[in-house]
Amino acid sequence: MDRMNEIETKLRDSAAALAEAPPAGLDRQIVERAGGEKLVDVAYCSVDSPLGPLTVAGTRRGLVLVSYQEPDDELLQRLADDLSPRVLEAPAQLDEARRELDEYFEGEREEFELPLDWSLVRGFARRVLRATAGIRYGDVSTYTKVAGRAGNARASRAAGNALGSNPIPIVVPCHRVLRTGGAMGGYGGGVERKEFLLRLEGALPD
Amino acid sequence: MSLPPFQSLLDSHRSDVYRFLVASVGPVDADDCFQETWIAALRAYPRLKRGDNLRAWLLRIAQRKAIDSHRARGRRARPSDSLPDTAAPEQMADGEPELWAAVRELPPKQRTAVFCRSVLGMPYAELAGLLECSQDAARRNVHQGLKALREEWTG
Repeated sequence: MDRMNEIETKLRDSAAALAEAPPAGLDRQIVERAGGEKLVDVAYCSVDSPLGPLTVAGTRRGLVLVSYQEPDDELLQRLADDLSPRVLEAPAQLDEARRELDEYFEGEREEFELPLDWSLVRGFARRVLRATAGIRYGDVSTYTKVAGRAGNARASRAAGNALGSNPIPIVVPCHRVLRTGGAMGGYGGGVERKEFLLRLEGALPD
Repeated sequence: MSLPPFQSLLDSHRSDVYRFLVASVGPVDADDCFQETWIAALRAYPRLKRGDNLRAWLLRIAQRKAIDSHRARGRRARPSDSLPDTAAPEQMADGEPELWAAVRELPPKQRTAVFCRSVLGMPYAELAGLLECSQDAARRNVHQGLKALREEWTG
């Protein structure tokens, strides 16, 4: 039995020398191939921005999420539960979203052209966000107006909730919706970010 | 119980899966097997009923890919092949290259059992799940594998 233990010990001790971590390029090859075989249901990556790091996620339909939160366990689990567990970090599959966001923050893009995936919102909230997507760069609107455009002008509070939980902020410009009378109102990412975006778009004086 | 995002499987288990494959098929074929393992896992993942024992599930897929690789290597090494099978000398500076070569020659279940017990310290319940056998049978596989290694290696 001692010789058996000796062999087990030798196996354990020499296992570290057996293999280093898998070669760095291997993960990328796997993700690339998975993308080609349509096995990545949710691709995500982290993107630097003047507002801090963003998490961007997309499906084969389009951009599904922009978040001011890091791609931590909680955020990724939510994507897995709400969309599909095939969630992979795949920056190459988000090239267009990253490029359009960069251009936007550089002040070189006023309109996002990438396709959107609305899967994370339903019903009235989705209608509110679709109405919000129609507010032009440099313009602002009000909770009452977007509620009206979504089909219920009296539901401005519900409209506010929908905007507060907008899964695709910046691209679906919920920051362009203010209180009637011009007060800022709230913002999912914090009011400072809302002001930053409106200033960037020239809708607020510097 | 919901399934974790696939990326977290990759992050948590890539290193164990890779070492398992190097131990099972050697460093030359491990990269291919590694890729095949993760693609197969990703393909099957949404249909998985339970989110526990994911390491054992991944290693079971890896074991299958290792068996495929051994078969392919066997075909390549047929005497009728025009090129002789000159397996490249394994690049393992330290460690125990001969011992690990002997591990690779074990029958698949014993190979998996020996690796998972000795290197990963895997509990027998998890190993039994991986090998799809009873815990007693898992124990026997570990024992027989180690016994074969002892004979091979000291002989």
